[in-house]
Amino acid sequence: MTIQSQIKTLKIDGRDVGARADETILEVARENNIFIPTLCNVDGLTPIGACRMCLVEIKGSNRLLPACVTHVQEGMEVITNSERLLTYRRLILELIFSERNHNCAVCVSNGHCELQALAQKIGMTHVHFPYLFPHLKVDASNLRFVIDHNRCILCTRCVRVCDEIEGAHTWDVMGRGIDARVITDLNQEWGTSETCTSCSKCVHICPTGALFEKGKSVTEMAKRQQFLAYLTLMRSKKS
Amino acid sequence: MMPEELQEIATIEQVSEQQFQSRIYVCVAAGCLSSQSDQVKEALDKEIARRGLEKWCQVKGVGCMGLCAAGPLVSVNGGEYLYQSATPADALDLVESLNDTPVKRLLCATNIPFFQRQKKIVLENCGKIDPERIEDYIANEGYTALLHALTEMNPSAVIEQVVQSGLRGRGGAGFPTGLKWTTVAKALGGQKYVICNADEGDPGAFMDRSVLESDPHRILEGMAIAAYAIGANQGFIYVRAEYPLAIKRLKIAIRQAERLGLLGSAIFGTRFNFHIDIRLGAGAFVCGEETALIASIEGKRGTPRPRPPYPAEYGLWGLPTLINNVETFANITPIIRKGGAWFAEIGTEKSKGTKVFALAGQINNTGLIEVPMGISLRDIIFEIGGGIPGDHSLKAIQTGGPSGGCIPNSYLDMSVDYDSLAQVGSIMGSGGMIVIDETSSLIDVAKFFIEFCMTESCGKCVPCRVGTKQIYQILTKIADGMAKPDDLTLLEELCELVRNTSLCGLGQSATNPVMSTLRYFREDYLAHIRVDEQESSEVPE
Repeated sequence: MTIQSQIKTLKIDGRDVGARADETILEVARENNIFIPTLCNVDGLTPIGACRMCLVEIKGSNRLLPACVTHVQEGMEVITNSERLLTYRRLILELIFSERNHNCAVCVSNGHCELQALAQKIGMTHVHFPYLFPHLKVDASNLRFVIDHNRCILCTRCVRVCDEIEGAHTWDVMGRGIDARVITDLNQEWGTSETCTSCSKCVHICPTGALFEKGKSVTEMAKRQQFLAYLTLMRSKKS
Repeated sequence: MMPEELQEIATIEQVSEQQFQSRIYVCVAAGCLSSQSDQVKEALDKEIARRGLEKWCQVKGVGCMGLCAAGPLVSVNGGEYLYQSATPADALDLVESLNDTPVKRLLCATNIPFFQRQKKIVLENCGKIDPERIEDYIANEGYTALLHALTEMNPSAVIEQVVQSGLRGRGGAGFPTGLKWTTVAKALGGQKYVICNADEGDPGAFMDRSVLESDPHRILEGMAIAAYAIGANQGFIYVRAEYPLAIKRLKIAIRQAERLGLLGSAIFGTRFNFHIDIRLGAGAFVCGEETALIASIEGKRGTPRPRPPYPAEYGLWGLPTLINNVETFANITPIIRKGGAWFAEIGTEKSKGTKVFALAGQINNTGLIEVPMGISLRDIIFEIGGGIPGDHSLKAIQTGGPSGGCIPNSYLDMSVDYDSLAQVGSIMGSGGMIVIDETSSLIDVAKFFIEFCMTESCGKCVPCRVGTKQIYQILTKIADGMAKPDDLTLLEELCELVRNTSLCGLGQSATNPVMSTLRYFREDYLAHIRVDEQESSEVPE
């Protein structure tokens, strides 16, 4: 019997659920319509557990674990909505909003931004940390696309989609801590990148208005992420 | 190499050492080197040559003798006399004194607690052997533990000894070493790796550097024994590029061991093969975290990943990997040589053996010490450390570097072991110990460490990346006297968040210096907080 075919039963928020052994807590929760917020995670890309929005409590452990990378175990009791978790989620979200310039009113993603939607969903009404407001550059050197670092939340979806799906690995991360930035090639202007194929996958997988297409207004710039599910499915069929 | 050859090398070396009537050892580890101990050695060499005493007196460069504050240190006839602050100009007098009375003006007392109260296991060869000659190491029982393990023990018997010893990881968290070895040994898969974590990055810590610079073969031997126990044939030493001397000596040691067949294929004529390569860190503190270190060896950006899976199961290139700290490996050789039971007799019930500490800060005897676990902080600071300079009194002791906490002077009689330190909100860490007197501000200490963590955060997870920055800003505000009571609440809220939600150990422990100072020295913080109403009412018009 392979690991994949093993079936586990566990509890999420008191509900009994069944799962395959290779599934993560997040996958099982979604199958059962249990809400766990995520930002860096997106179906079809390697989960990295970086945004810490999906942290859950496991009974018997005092460590919080990211649901996107934690596999299910027999008899596990998962709690996704304790008072402590709700507070931490709100605070982490506030930290993201305080980090850079997330000014919805003048953002091209206003109304279809995952960060904005999540803040609304979990009821984050204001930020009680001081805004850091760094002065970051906007790189509009690419013919079709723009990267506005002021809106970037460093989820590295662009890095992963470019590496894992497009196979170009144009994007990467540079710098440490609060100075970390996504970069194209060897930290050169996007327009001069030799590896970029202008496929626009990074733009459409970006959860915020950090990556967008030139010449599109707010209503036109809705991100289309269906390509990822489609490619994942077609590629899995091929092999 | 065959077993008999090892004995032969040892005998030849011992005989050639015995030819000399006198021995002068000069410390050539980084501490003394920075005060020109190499020139002292050169001057001594010249003076001996000038008098034609080469066959009579030996001048040897050796590793760290511990009392770094008094360097360059020169030891005569195996510790009969110890000289401090020697200069090249003193060479004449030093050689002259060999037949005469010792040079009084340079004499350093060796009957002081600094030397008497220590117990040397990890540092047993430091200050005795020439780190650049494998023969010297072999003459001091070097590689006999490896020989014993390979020829007389099976892998599980080796692990059994390590389990029995009760040794816990010396890198910081104190995970039982025997248990770690067992899990890697049990992991399925043909190819396994051994990694030595020599990315010592805590400010004020220099234990691992001293071991690497003074006794590099000890690490190679410890790694080889570990590799045999878990079934690995390749090892990596991940050492920070800021330690050029340690790297140089490791390279020399690896080359010498390979030449003698103590590393390589069919070691001691057995079927055991083991190779070691060096990988250099590029100056990132987070690369001391095991998953980030592994990513760095793989050539990727050094960022941690969530655990589980642990490296024991999914490590370097996805294969089972054993990763231990320098000091942990340094303990392996004596454990195999003398048995796990011998080691388990030293220390406390749950923390066995000794621990090397780098004593720094406002203390008289700055330097490297090795003490049995369970010793009290008072003994370390006032006996071994020689107390606090000037008329100042002790305020706090910072252990464990940026991941540790500040312990107030009321805990002076506390036993130094993993669990007691954790109980008071600090950690053993890798062994940094910074003594803080009453003249220092603990808010500055907390601010310094959080600034260190902020700039060394890799930026992958949100709480560590943004949280440490926000904490730093609040602490700056407090230090500048601009903070209000609300800021203190916010600070505590943030500290809890960063500790509980960060991805790796760096973020999870980054707030320890702040939280421990808030716990024990809250009044210091409150004294800096601005209360506007009171202020305005007191202002005379």
